[in-house]
Amino acid sequence: MIDTIGLVFIAGGLVFDVLGCLGMVRLPDTYNRLQASTKCVTFGTCGILFGSFLITGFTAEGFKLLLCMAFILLVSPVAAHAISRGAHRGGIKLWDKSVIDMYANDKEGEA
Amino acid sequence: MRTIRWLLGAILLGGVLALIVIRPLSSVFLQADGAHFVGFVERAVYVLVLSAVLLLYRILRGPTAADRTVAIDIFGVLVVGLCALLGVASGRTWYIDIGIAWALQSFIGTLALAKFLEGRRLDD
Repeated sequence: MIDTIGLVFIAGGLVFDVLGCLGMVRLPDTYNRLQASTKCVTFGTCGILFGSFLITGFTAEGFKLLLCMAFILLVSPVAAHAISRGAHRGGIKLWDKSVIDMYANDKEGEA
Repeated sequence: MRTIRWLLGAILLGGVLALIVIRPLSSVFLQADGAHFVGFVERAVYVLVLSAVLLLYRILRGPTAADRTVAIDIFGVLVVGLCALLGVASGRTWYIDIGIAWALQSFIGTLALAKFLEGRRLDD
């Protein structure tokens, strides 16, 4: 029973992974790609890790899986923020049809 | 034209996914002692490989360096999931150690690449 729940979690994680990578191909802009792929793939991999934890149970491998999941949940938003900040400061343009750019407005206010 | 391209892409992706699900098991995959869920995990590994191929398209094609950086970051996260799956399937507990080390190194590499994108050196 618990194995079946774990397999369901792993399958959901795989679906999120494929959708995130599809967004990586399809979306028009660096920032849009970052939005889609980072969230989806982080959630997908965390689903895979949590399903594996449910299958293995409270063993050494299970605790390592939980540790890895916590690390990814903590670290992936930091990496995404660093990439988007670096890209924006490096002068990479937004998409033509983007509506608003709050960070550029903030930088104008500073100067 | 746009609709035709969209339809072709959707048919291609759906066809590859259907092939992954329908495909019979290969007999050489994961013949270790204490292996669990071999069929499911083999298909899952193929799905992850498909995701990695999509990411490789973006790494090769991506117009700017930021796109390639994002793709490489996501690639590291995918490899962590792959290590967890292989560890569960084969019953070898050291696979997840590779996953943890890969996550750490991927994070540090992504931060360094983000620094370079910003136009600064590594030491300030």
